[in-house]
Amino acid sequence: MTCQFELSNETAWCPGCGNHMIRTALKQALEELGLEPHEVVICSGIGQAAKMPHYIKVNGFNGLHGRALPPAVGIKLANKNLKVIVESGDGDTYGEGGNHFIHTIRRNIDIAHFVHDNQVYGLTKGQASPTTAMGQKTTLQLDGVKVSPLNPLVLALSLGAGFVARGFAGDIPHLVELMKSAITYRGYALVDILQPCVVWNRVNTFAWYKNRVYHLPEDYDYTDKEQAFKKAMEFGDRIPIGIIYKVEKETYEDQFDFIKNGPPLVDLELNPKDAEKLMENFM
Amino acid sequence: MDYSVLVGGEAGQGMDTSAHLLALILKRSGFHVFTRSDYMSRIRGGHNFIQIRFSEKPLYTFSEKVDVIFALNEETIKLHAGRLKPNGVVIADEKTGGDEGILHLPLARTAKELGNSRVANTAGLGAILKYFGLPLEIAENAVIKILGKELSDVNIKALRAGYEMIEPKYNLKVREDEHVLINGNQAVGLGAIAAGCKFYCGYPMTPSTGILTFMASHANEMKIVVDQVEDEVAALNMALGASYAGVRAMTGSSGGGFALMVEALSLAGMIEVPVVLINVQRPGPATGFPTRTEQGDLRFMIHAGHGEFPRMVIALRDPEDAFYQTARAFNIAEKYQVPVLLMSDQHLADSMTTKKPFDFGRIKIERHIAGEEDIAGESYRRYKFTESGVSPRILPGKIPGQVVLVDSDEHDEEGHITESDEIRRKMVNKRLRKFELLKKEVEEPWLIGREKPENLVICWGSTYGAVREAVERLNEEGASVGALVFGDIWPFPTKKLLEEARFAKKIIDVEQNATGQLESLIREQALLQATHKILKYDGRPFSGEEVYLRLKEVL
Ligand SMILES: Cc1ncc(C[n+]2csc(CCOP(=O)(O)OP(=O)(O)O)c2C)c(N)n1
Ligand SMILES: [Mg+2]
Repeated sequence: MTCQFELSNETAWCPGCGNHMIRTALKQALEELGLEPHEVVICSGIGQAAKMPHYIKVNGFNGLHGRALPPAVGIKLANKNLKVIVESGDGDTYGEGGNHFIHTIRRNIDIAHFVHDNQVYGLTKGQASPTTAMGQKTTLQLDGVKVSPLNPLVLALSLGAGFVARGFAGDIPHLVELMKSAITYRGYALVDILQPCVVWNRVNTFAWYKNRVYHLPEDYDYTDKEQAFKKAMEFGDRIPIGIIYKVEKETYEDQFDFIKNGPPLVDLELNPKDAEKLMENFM
Repeated sequence: MDYSVLVGGEAGQGMDTSAHLLALILKRSGFHVFTRSDYMSRIRGGHNFIQIRFSEKPLYTFSEKVDVIFALNEETIKLHAGRLKPNGVVIADEKTGGDEGILHLPLARTAKELGNSRVANTAGLGAILKYFGLPLEIAENAVIKILGKELSDVNIKALRAGYEMIEPKYNLKVREDEHVLINGNQAVGLGAIAAGCKFYCGYPMTPSTGILTFMASHANEMKIVVDQVEDEVAALNMALGASYAGVRAMTGSSGGGFALMVEALSLAGMIEVPVVLINVQRPGPATGFPTRTEQGDLRFMIHAGHGEFPRMVIALRDPEDAFYQTARAFNIAEKYQVPVLLMSDQHLADSMTTKKPFDFGRIKIERHIAGEEDIAGESYRRYKFTESGVSPRILPGKIPGQVVLVDSDEHDEEGHITESDEIRRKMVNKRLRKFELLKKEVEEPWLIGREKPENLVICWGSTYGAVREAVERLNEEGASVGALVFGDIWPFPTKKLLEEARFAKKIIDVEQNATGQLESLIREQALLQATHKILKYDGRPFSGEEVYLRLKEVL
């Protein structure tokens, strides 16, 4: 399929990598939402996942490892008309960028956050990430990982996130719907996407995920937070995918009257004389 | 005339407010004022003091000796007795201990009678005004401004009661007030707002917090997003996001907080997104002296960041300079798509000075943002190779069909990640060509005192005030001294330095650090060497007198 988000660049992703599927889903989601390339910005950090801005035609801010979220916040505050999406790895988001993850959730700014969670550091060749299972042997943790994994969904719920979901790279139609919901959700939306890494993670393979994931039932009530915690904690023989929790919350930017009821900051007229009245404070 | 009042006491005794009030009254009475705050890193207890100097002549520094010590506790008297001029006086509450020479007044008792124990200091101010023979009326209006309407009645009563407690020693004449009273942090904030800064974020850290507070207090009125972020790493990355999207953005911190921004500073260099940031220095290393002053980060600011990329570094010399230079920084950042780093320090940040109201008509906003016509139907390339090294900058979302990609990896003209050796060479050269342009923007240092002097002083930033007073005094006494006060630090301006140095028998470096960082820079950049260094690194600012005396030793 060719679409307006298509870029012909050759990717640096391995054949069979889940990143290809996530990209396919993302392009389809943007297309189905009727967005145009110039209306969207993708922010990312560094890692294999974080190369996404190079493989899809939208605006891109490919920043530093672990720092995908702060620029996204700055961009959204500066121009509320842009659709801001963050795409990054599990190491980038939950490891190096952990502090930003925590506080961006608290801030509830209107961005969609798609974490390519392959439970490993791909680009740096196979070290443990914060979501690697305890005991799992890696290229660095030769005796197995000795620290317990972080559960991003539980963490996000506990911090008050208003939109928490899990997707699977191997289920594109389902992922497209999740992405569309996250992008249209007004506020911070987390989608942790299970993504096989065909080279560095020989435990959490495509089959491993495929045999475990199941769709949340139709009658699942995603506004029930207690239930959401239960589903978020389910990560073993069975792993639920879908919208785990979703409620309406006031966004960060809407709490600024001049943003909510005015033009985007970037469109404000600048005139030094406007500030002259502040001199009176010092008279 | 040249008088000074020292107000001292424990943290939490309301000294800041009283000192600010006194400074404002003196300003409104038509005097030039310079204040110096010396405070500890604690909320209660300890010892803090503020010196308020005033004169008919412009002031650039504080003075070591004082005419009045207003002691809010006994410790103040012990600590500062040595600063009192022979004909000076100590004013204190009647319950405060100390020797006989002290003017013990019933301040607390009066406050109690007025039903508010907090107004004792105001009663003391009343006595100080009377001491100098200044009228009450101006003071009463100042009380309303500083303390608000609600508290003004009882404070005005206290002021009047204190006024009745003593006889005047001087009979100063009120003059016409033509000034504003402003400190360095406020002037930076004002400069940023005048320049159209719409995004300021930071993480509290003394002594830079005042900028954040100032911006926050005008955020709604001026439509500025002022954000307290999770850490300084977020601060600069967030400011870069805002700037990428097209608003003028700034962040600031002090020493350690700036250290945390360093990776993102390098990012700014790589992605060529304009940004202004300020380091309000305090003594390091590490946490150092949180509330004190130093110029220890000069080299750090010039070199911070991995890799080679252009930047501009500007040191601020006084609040007026801070205002205009901050505004200028935004234009330079956008014109060349580089980070512009401002340097202040605690002494400049906290010292209030009288200045002519700033001229907002002088501030020009130059955005250098390209439109559809500039890219002429091409598919937009954020890093298009140009002769100047500056590529046309469009904003994301503004031109249908065009996207803007910035990348911290080495990238091609479109912003896509690359491993090409050829593109790498071209991109490095493109970025560094901008440094050649920055050299043309650089302003030469201010020259104070004699041109072509026998003794050439070099200094930078906030030592300007102390050096200026010292140099003027020495020249009045017949010496031949000139001083170059550097504001623009990087690229380093050498023209005036080389001109002036040719005639100098001595080159004397005056800096508020232990290693003489500016001096090392003149060796490197101008192949000159100081014959003498006057360095101070005890966390306390140079006064004009100290610089004068130490210069005298080496002339
Ligand atoms: C400050 C910093 N530290 C470390 C690195 C090296 N590094 C690059 S990507 C990465 C981890 C990537 O893992 P993840 O975010 O999970 O992405 P993946 O490659 O698995 O998609 C690391 C450690 C870096 N670029 N910058
Ligand atoms: Mg990973």
